[in-house]
Amino acid sequence: MKILHSWLNEFADFGTDIEAIAASLTKLGLAVESVEQVGLPVKGVVVAKVLRTERHPDAAKVHRVYVDAGDGVEKHVWCGAFNMQPGDLIPLATLGTNMPDGRVISQRGILGIDSEGMLCSGTELGITADATGIMILPAGLVLGTDVFSALGIDQDVVFDLDVTRNRPDCTGYLGVARDLAAHLKLPLKMSSKPQKSATSSKGKKRDVTVDIRATDHCGRFNVTVMSGVVVTDSPAWIAQRLSRAGMRPINNVVDVSNLVNLEMNQPNHAYDLEKVSGGFIVRHANEGEVLVTLDDVSRTMSAHDLLICDAKNDPVGIAGIMGGAGSQISESTTTLALEIAWFEPLGIAASVSRLGLRTEASLRFERGVDAFGARAAAERFAQLLSLTCPNLVVHDGGADVKTSGLPEEARTTMLRLDQIRRILGVDIDVTRVRDLLVPIGFEIAKPDKSNSVVVTIPSFRPDCVQEIDVIEEIARHYGFDEIGKVVPKSPVHGRLSAVQQRRRIVRDFVLSLGASEAMPNPFLAPGDLARCGLTEDNALRLANPLVAEESVLRTSLRPGLLQAIAYNQSHRTNDIKLFEVGHVYPQGSAQLPDEHEVLCVVFAESDATKAMDMWSQFSAFLGVGAQLFQDAAPAGFHGTRSAQLRRGKVVLGAVGEVDPTVLANFGVSGRVACLEINLSMVLGETPKVSAAQTVSKYPSSDFDLAFVVPQDVAAGTLLKSLRQAGGNLLVDAALFDIYRGKGVADGSRSLAFRFRFQAPDRTLGDTEIAEARERCIAAAQKLGAELR
Amino acid sequence: MSSDATSDVGTQVEAARLAALAQIASATDAAMLTKIGSELSGKKSTLNTLRASLGKIQDPEARKNAGQVINEGVQQVETALQQRIAEFLVQERAAQVASESLDLTEFATANRRGYSHIVTQAMQRLEDVFIGLGFQVAEGPEVETDFYNFEALNMPRTHPARSEFDTMFIEPFSSEHEANTVLLRTHTSPVQIRVMQSWEPPIYAIMPGRVFRRDTPDATHMPVFHQIEGLVIDRDITFAHLAGIIESFTKAFFGSEFTSRLRPSFFPFTEPSAEFDIKRPNGDWIELGGCGMVHPNVLRAGGIDPDQYTGFAFGFGIDRMAKERHNVEDIREMYTNDLRFLRQFS
Repeated sequence: MKILHSWLNEFADFGTDIEAIAASLTKLGLAVESVEQVGLPVKGVVVAKVLRTERHPDAAKVHRVYVDAGDGVEKHVWCGAFNMQPGDLIPLATLGTNMPDGRVISQRGILGIDSEGMLCSGTELGITADATGIMILPAGLVLGTDVFSALGIDQDVVFDLDVTRNRPDCTGYLGVARDLAAHLKLPLKMSSKPQKSATSSKGKKRDVTVDIRATDHCGRFNVTVMSGVVVTDSPAWIAQRLSRAGMRPINNVVDVSNLVNLEMNQPNHAYDLEKVSGGFIVRHANEGEVLVTLDDVSRTMSAHDLLICDAKNDPVGIAGIMGGAGSQISESTTTLALEIAWFEPLGIAASVSRLGLRTEASLRFERGVDAFGARAAAERFAQLLSLTCPNLVVHDGGADVKTSGLPEEARTTMLRLDQIRRILGVDIDVTRVRDLLVPIGFEIAKPDKSNSVVVTIPSFRPDCVQEIDVIEEIARHYGFDEIGKVVPKSPVHGRLSAVQQRRRIVRDFVLSLGASEAMPNPFLAPGDLARCGLTEDNALRLANPLVAEESVLRTSLRPGLLQAIAYNQSHRTNDIKLFEVGHVYPQGSAQLPDEHEVLCVVFAESDATKAMDMWSQFSAFLGVGAQLFQDAAPAGFHGTRSAQLRRGKVVLGAVGEVDPTVLANFGVSGRVACLEINLSMVLGETPKVSAAQTVSKYPSSDFDLAFVVPQDVAAGTLLKSLRQAGGNLLVDAALFDIYRGKGVADGSRSLAFRFRFQAPDRTLGDTEIAEARERCIAAAQKLGAELR
Repeated sequence: MSSDATSDVGTQVEAARLAALAQIASATDAAMLTKIGSELSGKKSTLNTLRASLGKIQDPEARKNAGQVINEGVQQVETALQQRIAEFLVQERAAQVASESLDLTEFATANRRGYSHIVTQAMQRLEDVFIGLGFQVAEGPEVETDFYNFEALNMPRTHPARSEFDTMFIEPFSSEHEANTVLLRTHTSPVQIRVMQSWEPPIYAIMPGRVFRRDTPDATHMPVFHQIEGLVIDRDITFAHLAGIIESFTKAFFGSEFTSRLRPSFFPFTEPSAEFDIKRPNGDWIELGGCGMVHPNVLRAGGIDPDQYTGFAFGFGIDRMAKERHNVEDIREMYTNDLRFLRQFS
């Protein structure tokens, strides 16, 4: 909402301290987005007359303009715009003028010919928004006079306010002024200039028929008939006000209509009475009904949109949004019908979004206008119109039809005075409450025995409904800064939950492996999951994606991470190690998906042994166990270099290499080691606290055994058997060397293990060690492994 | 043999001792000295030979004296030997150190640690500050129902404010699901309702997480971004407490020279509602987030009696904090997953 300082000041004496006014508005919740100086005169710009123009053979884009700036001397100026005719008055920036954009006008011309100034456009001077050519000034101005004083342009300041949805009253000057005057304890005038009573005369009764057929969407339809209308231009001050508010001046009737809307927050529409056949019907549109609106656009309605029709039931406007082209005021209009209606906000909002048409009227109806401001607004309309229509007659009668859809005029709510302290933390007594709320239109009754008061809410505050709304108004006018700051002592032990602590440990662990954290887009393109070797059947889809390539919700973190690897490889980054901790959203059996948290780590240029190394460290570090199930590769993983991590039938994750086909699909080169863990399963577990075991004081004995092991016997299986065979004196057994090649048969490999035996209570004898060794060899032989 | 015998032995011992010391002094390295050492302590060494002949001295007194002289000689030789060994060791270590010099910049990094995403870093810093203020951390699903995202937050189906959220809806995936009932949460506020439903007051909770809006990405907006939300519910929690927590947070997170203010605003789920701004030491105000007293309708939706309890809530974006802390020009860069970007922020 753009608010002009000069206009606002007509409602109360807010003074000239712009910063103070802006600060007060912000304190009231009317955030000032920007403060702009307008009409700042540019010294040295004078009214000049075009004498003649002339082309120069070597200059295609500019021409020579000869002007008279009042001294009778012909001045020569180069100019790049061609919109002037001899005799036109134009603004001439004389030599030495400091332009608002920082330029200083100098004599320097082109082709060795000087320029004795510069002709200006409206935007260059900050007077109009028209940058298409040189500004053509109205005829009759005195040559050589300052353009700004000749045009009567006043300096002003425009505050651009961010008015929140709960302040429908503040999309009008009166609402803003009321709030500000209350805040500054200044008396408020109810309208701006002219504040004298209207000069229009009362005419004989002229009734208009009104038939509201959509009673739930139209609560009131008020019509006033005015005759003696002469359609002409508005006075300069009205035109200037509207331009500065961002509205184009059109004619005296439309301009007054807009002015009343801005000032009183009361959208209204003036019809040529001749063109509406003496009455109005308010009804829903027929599906597909077409209306050409004021902006000459043909619009197709739905059955939910509300139409204003003439007495013959032909549409003359879209209710609350925009009038029709056919019934608008024209130069021949002498009698008008002024409509001031109240439409149900949600219906207007729905039509606005359906039609994609938002106007000054609709934005107010959507938020809720005062349903009881019609009379004052019509009076103000007549008063302003009579400035240009001295013979204006306002007729009695008209129409004022109300329906059951109309809100109550005087709504009330109970305010328990002790609630003020309970919510705000400060004591504010009833006298103070009255001081704060009465200036903004509320009425406060006397407190009853239970210390409650009845509060009457003004009709221009439809957002206010219940006690808490009233408390908010008290807080706003009491001042948020005055309420103070009290730090509450939390009786709660601030901490991360066990799950959250473990998540941090997981992150830290993965970072220590060398992986950096990626945050890929959780939205995938259709086909991404398939390219990753995964099904798309259980994925959620967006009903309204921004783009089709982002319409599938991920069920795996792998597509995003593989894309990230490909991206980094294409930028020749080395040592690509990435991870993500994030949610996936496969469909579940309930309304919400089976959303859960996953850890996925990917190392480019690494093989499955790296993935196993990550898993074994993860498992040991976090105390998370699972069986390695290598019989069936997890979807999207390498057919013979991967395993599921399982607990019985429950799949906890996957480890190994990504399927070469998947890598090719994503344009990734080299092998990719991958570890994927369902964190939602793992983080909630509390690992057993290890009980300390006393370290043996007795010496340990080591031996190594190397076996030739057939390829189909897993090293892990052999190690497990060896551990069992070693018995309880075996304290450590580990694979330390793998060899394939000369001396080892094809289809086998040599696996070397190191064993350490130790007893807690004695030194082990040679016989015991020898026996253990034999047991290990026998266990290995059972699996088909031969001692090397 | 009496004193003569002793003096005779003394002369021999003195000669042997001097010979031994000379031998020790003649050694040029540790190996040679070791050889000399073993000769001197061997049975055939002069001193040991003398010791062996002690038995020939009849007079016990004289024998005792002679023994003493021999022992002294042996001891002196041994001391000299040990001293010389120690000298050689010192020399040898010095030579070793001198010979094995290493250029410490001559190494190849094998395994560098990875880098945490700057949004995660910001989130964890925020969590830690609020934990210090006595808050716990709550979480909720990213795919939400209309009820938790809107309805329970005082935005019934027709509420006009809904249109401001640019919601992304999930296509119904079974015939039982109605359209527009499941969505990607547009803010972290649904977690407030889940916390109210499952925790007992007093509640001091923060709720960080990922949120979604149907916004075309640009330098300052992403359709997927992160927020943190705070909720306090207890008996007699007031607006003054809200202002107090915002101020404490401002000082703890940004520094003691920062300060905060609240100014009136509007959100459907709080009343009174406020924007909170922080003031930089240079006097500039920065808009940070929204807050307010939890609306009675929201308390009721969370199963909390507004006549028993009051509360406040606040929330703000995390991505912008990370962006501003590290002077990232374009927020989209934070989501390219480019390691050259990620590796800048330890």
